[in-house]
Amino acid sequence: MTDGKEVIIQVKQLKKNSGSLEVLKGVDMEIDRGEVVVVIGPSGSGKSTFLRCLNLLEIPTDGDILFHGQSILRKDMKLDKYREKFGMVFQLFNLFENLSVLDNVTVGPRRVKKVPKDQAEKRAMELLKQVGLEDKADVYPSQLSGGQKQRVAIARTLAMDPEVILFDEATSALDPEMVGEVLQIMRQLAEQGMTMVVVTHEMGFAREVGDRVVFMDGGYVVEEGKPKDVITNPKHQRTKDFLSKML
Amino acid sequence: MFGLNFSFLGKYWFYYADGLKVTLELAFWTLILATVVGVAMGMIRVQNYKIISPIIDGWINFIRGVPVMVQIFIVYYGVATSLPQFWAAVVSLTVNSSVYIAEHTRAGMQAVNKGQMEAARCIGMSKLQANWFIIIPQAIKNILPSLCNEFILLIKETSIVSVIALHELTYTSNSVRANTFLAFEPLIVTAIIYFIITYMLKKLIGILERRLHAHD
Repeated sequence: MTDGKEVIIQVKQLKKNSGSLEVLKGVDMEIDRGEVVVVIGPSGSGKSTFLRCLNLLEIPTDGDILFHGQSILRKDMKLDKYREKFGMVFQLFNLFENLSVLDNVTVGPRRVKKVPKDQAEKRAMELLKQVGLEDKADVYPSQLSGGQKQRVAIARTLAMDPEVILFDEATSALDPEMVGEVLQIMRQLAEQGMTMVVVTHEMGFAREVGDRVVFMDGGYVVEEGKPKDVITNPKHQRTKDFLSKML
Repeated sequence: MFGLNFSFLGKYWFYYADGLKVTLELAFWTLILATVVGVAMGMIRVQNYKIISPIIDGWINFIRGVPVMVQIFIVYYGVATSLPQFWAAVVSLTVNSSVYIAEHTRAGMQAVNKGQMEAARCIGMSKLQANWFIIIPQAIKNILPSLCNEFILLIKETSIVSVIALHELTYTSNSVRANTFLAFEPLIVTAIIYFIITYMLKKLIGILERRLHAHD
């Protein structure tokens, strides 16, 4: 990754207002292919909003986002096509409650990419196996535990072959004993070279898996760098204060 | 028993049969049309389109504020004078019932967790696809109990079209009263028939609901 760095996302002076509140006040960031960027920060710092701007669930107020060098905010941008390339894993899973586990994973490929049913199901079973849930294919989401739901959500995201996966506090709503099983899968994905932007409070994960840690506060990026620098030897006082509460 | 006399049924039962047939036809057509129109209005309303959503909103509020009987008179004597009685009745009952169904639909769609739409959009679905494959199937489950209620109301409301002399159940049972000079007994028979129809409908929808909730 040292020489062949390929920037896939460039964020330039990104601003987002929500009503009269300025949530993002000018964020710059570059994300390389295969990189795992971990975003940390206190609640209300804008890190979830930042993530939601990346796949345009929230429309930025100002600034620009380039994907492979092309602005995604231009008028003729095909939003659905763009979102396909961005997987998103939510804090509250958001599995489709009317569909079985298998259908949750196949509905994207079948309806969006028009993959034939048998092909989509074969792939889905492989992905469910990868997240250790092949025996739950016919079960409905309401019958799963939180950790299982999140693993299905990851399989659903992978089924679309995304270029980047965004994790929005993917383990925050889980019981402590289930956090590990989800982090384990995220770790696997990172090892396979998936580009990931991870908003999390799991400092252990940030340190071990993150290529880069970004500390956000008050709508700005306060500090960023290698995990061992930011987490172990933070430069800014705000980072220090935040980490002292976390650890 | 209680000095009540039901011997008139032997001679007049076919009055009830004829009336029931008209009531059922009326209820059937109104139920279908009101559901289609109401669900469509509710779904458009919930999308917050710039011009059409406020128009639908105003229409719903207007219709809800006018008594059904007045609506029937307006349709029959004013708007659709060339329509036969039966279809004038269907139109006015549809207009009335569909606005309530629209409101139930809107509430049912809005009750679906916002995260469902976000997750659908995140895997690249268009808004239309997300509504069709994810939101609407879940909304139907939410709507069904209030829809059942609305259907029962609708069947009972068909009795009101006797005011434009359509020979449905209430009208024909009044004919029986006039012919037999019995003030009370024919109405008991009518009440029981209405109750049986609405009760059967309730049971039927109950079965459907249990099926839809099999996965919960």
